[in-house]
Amino acid sequence: MADTGAINDTGIAAEAASEAMVGPRGARPRRMLSRRNIFLYGTLIVVAVYYLLPLYVMIVTSVKGMPEIRMGNIFAPPVEITFEPWVKAWATACTGLNCDGLSRGFWNSVRITIPSVLLSIAIASLNGYALAHWRFKGANTFFTILIVGAFIPYQVMLYPLVIILREMGIYGTLTGLVLVHTIFGMPILTLLFRNYFTSVPEELFKAARVDGAGFWAIYFKIMLPMSLPIFVVAMIIQVTGIWNDFLFGVVYTKPDTYPMTVQLNNIVNSVQGVKEYNVNMAATIITGLVPLIVYFASGKLFVRGIAAGAVKG
Amino acid sequence: MPAHARPNQLFRNLSAKIASIPMILTALVVFVGGTGWTIVYSFTNSKLLPRLNFVGLDQYDRLWSTSKWIISLQNLLIYGVCMLVLSLVIGFVLAALLDQKIRFENTFRTIFLYPFALSFIVTGLVWQWILNPDFGIQSIVRGLGWESFNFDPLYNADIVIFGILIAGLWQSSGLIMCIMLAGLRGIDEEIWKAARIDGIPTWKTYLFIVIPMMRPVFITALVLISTGIVRVYDLVVAQTGGGPGIASEVPAKYVYDSMFLAQNLGQGFAASTMMLLAVIIVIVPWAYLEFGGRKRHG
Repeated sequence: MADTGAINDTGIAAEAASEAMVGPRGARPRRMLSRRNIFLYGTLIVVAVYYLLPLYVMIVTSVKGMPEIRMGNIFAPPVEITFEPWVKAWATACTGLNCDGLSRGFWNSVRITIPSVLLSIAIASLNGYALAHWRFKGANTFFTILIVGAFIPYQVMLYPLVIILREMGIYGTLTGLVLVHTIFGMPILTLLFRNYFTSVPEELFKAARVDGAGFWAIYFKIMLPMSLPIFVVAMIIQVTGIWNDFLFGVVYTKPDTYPMTVQLNNIVNSVQGVKEYNVNMAATIITGLVPLIVYFASGKLFVRGIAAGAVKG
Repeated sequence: MPAHARPNQLFRNLSAKIASIPMILTALVVFVGGTGWTIVYSFTNSKLLPRLNFVGLDQYDRLWSTSKWIISLQNLLIYGVCMLVLSLVIGFVLAALLDQKIRFENTFRTIFLYPFALSFIVTGLVWQWILNPDFGIQSIVRGLGWESFNFDPLYNADIVIFGILIAGLWQSSGLIMCIMLAGLRGIDEEIWKAARIDGIPTWKTYLFIVIPMMRPVFITALVLISTGIVRVYDLVVAQTGGGPGIASEVPAKYVYDSMFLAQNLGQGFAASTMMLLAVIIVIVPWAYLEFGGRKRHG
C-alpha cells in the first residue's frame, strides 16, 4: 500500500512539474518542449499505473473479507481491512490433506534457497576463476558446452536427472533439489564470474604468483575480497531465480518438501472447497514478497545482474 | 595451450582441474549425456520406466497425431510471435521514453521492472484473478453500464492464449526495456547531434540510425525472449492449468504431463526432443550471426 502511495505521489509531482513548465508562454521554444513533456510523462504514468495495477489488486483483495469481494469490484479500496486472510494463508490454508498453510512451503523454500545459492556461487566462482587465470587444456571446451547447454530446454534433461538423483539416493529430497539448482545455475554464474575475473589486472595475479601464492591462496586472499560486488549480483540472480522456480520443485520434490511456489499453486488452484479469493491473494503476495524485497533493496545491482545475464556468449 | 610442455601434463594446474570437476561433470554428464540419453530413449516405447526397446519413429508418429500436441504447438506459435513482436516494441518504446532525460527515471524503471522479480506462478495467479469474469475486468465494465461487455479470455478456448500473453508481457517486458535502455545509452551523443543538425526528425533517427546501430542489443533481446517462450510452463499451469479443456496447453507442459502424470515416458522424450530441435532452429542462426559479427571485428 505504502508503495503505491509513494509512487502515485511521484506521479502527481511529475505532472505538476510538467504543468509548471507550461507556464512561460511566448516565442520561446519552451512551449513545444512542454507539450512534449506532457505527452511523455502522461504516457509513462499511464503505463506505470498499468504495471502497478496487479500489485494493487493483490494487496487490496488480500485485506478484504469474502462478502465484500463478492459484492464489490476488485479495484475498489477495502471498506474494512482485515488481516485474517493473511493469517489463514500462512497458517491454515489447505493443500490436499495438509492444512498448515504456506508456512511449510516457505520454510522448505528457505532450506532450498540458502544452500543452493551458497553452493552454486561457490562452484561457479571457482569455475570462473579457473577459466580466467588457470586455463587448462580443454577448459574452454567444457565452458562452451556449459554455455550452449544453457539454451537446451530443461525438459530435455529432466528425466536423466531423475535417474541420476535416484541412483544417488537423493531423489525427492531437498538435497537433490539443491544439486539441481546448482547444476542449472552454473552456466550463467560461471559466465558472470569468468567475465569479471578476466577484467582483474594480469599484473596483480602475476605479482601474487611471484610471491609464491597458489591457486587457492590467490582465490581466497586476492580475488574474493576484491570482487564482493559481483558476488552480491550473483546472489541476487540466484535468490530470486531459485525462490521463483516451479518446474524443478514440482519434479524433484515430494509434497512434504514442496517449495513455496508449488504449494502456492496447489492452494490456489485446488478444485475442492469454496474459493477464498482473499486467502489466495494473500498467499500470492506472501510468496512474491521475498523476491520483491530483494528487488527493491538491491536497486541498481538487480539491473546489473540482468545486464550481466543478458550479455550471453 | 602451455607452450613449455612438462612431463606431468595431467598434474599441471591440478588445483584448477579439481576445482573445475563440477563444471566438467555438469557439462559432460548432464548437458551432453542427459541430452543424448533423452534423444536415444525417444526412439523406444518406454512407458512407466525407461526401457531400451527401440520402435523407430513410433513415438514421433503418435506425437504428431495427438491433438493435444498440435494445439500446444499452435499456442506456442501464437504466443511466441506475439510475445516476440510486442516485447520488442514495448521494450523499445519504454526505453526510448525513459531515455529522454526525464525526471524520476529510476522510479519509472523500478515500476516497469518489478514484475520481472516475481515468479510466473505469482504472475499467473494475479492475472487469473484480474481476468476472472465474475469479479475482474469484465464484471467491472458491465457494472459501469455496458451490460453486454464480454472479456473472459481464460474461459474462452479461442482466445485463452492471449490471456496468458497479457500476463507474460506484464512479467517480462520490463527486462527487455532494461536491455534496450542499456543499448540506447551506448549510442554516442554525437550521432544525435549530427542527426539534429541535418534536420532529421526524431522518429526517423530512431528508425533508420539508432535501431540499426543497436543490432546486437536486439539480437540479445531476441534470444532471451525466444528461450523464455520455449520454456513457458509455470505461467500456464498457474493461470489456466492448460484449460479450458486443452485449449491453452504448451509443449513444456505436454512433456511434463506425459512423463510424470501419464507415465508415458517415450512420448515425453519425443516431445522434449522436438523442443530441442525448435531451439536449435532458433539458436543456430543467432550463433552464426554472432560468430560472423565477431569475425568482422577482427
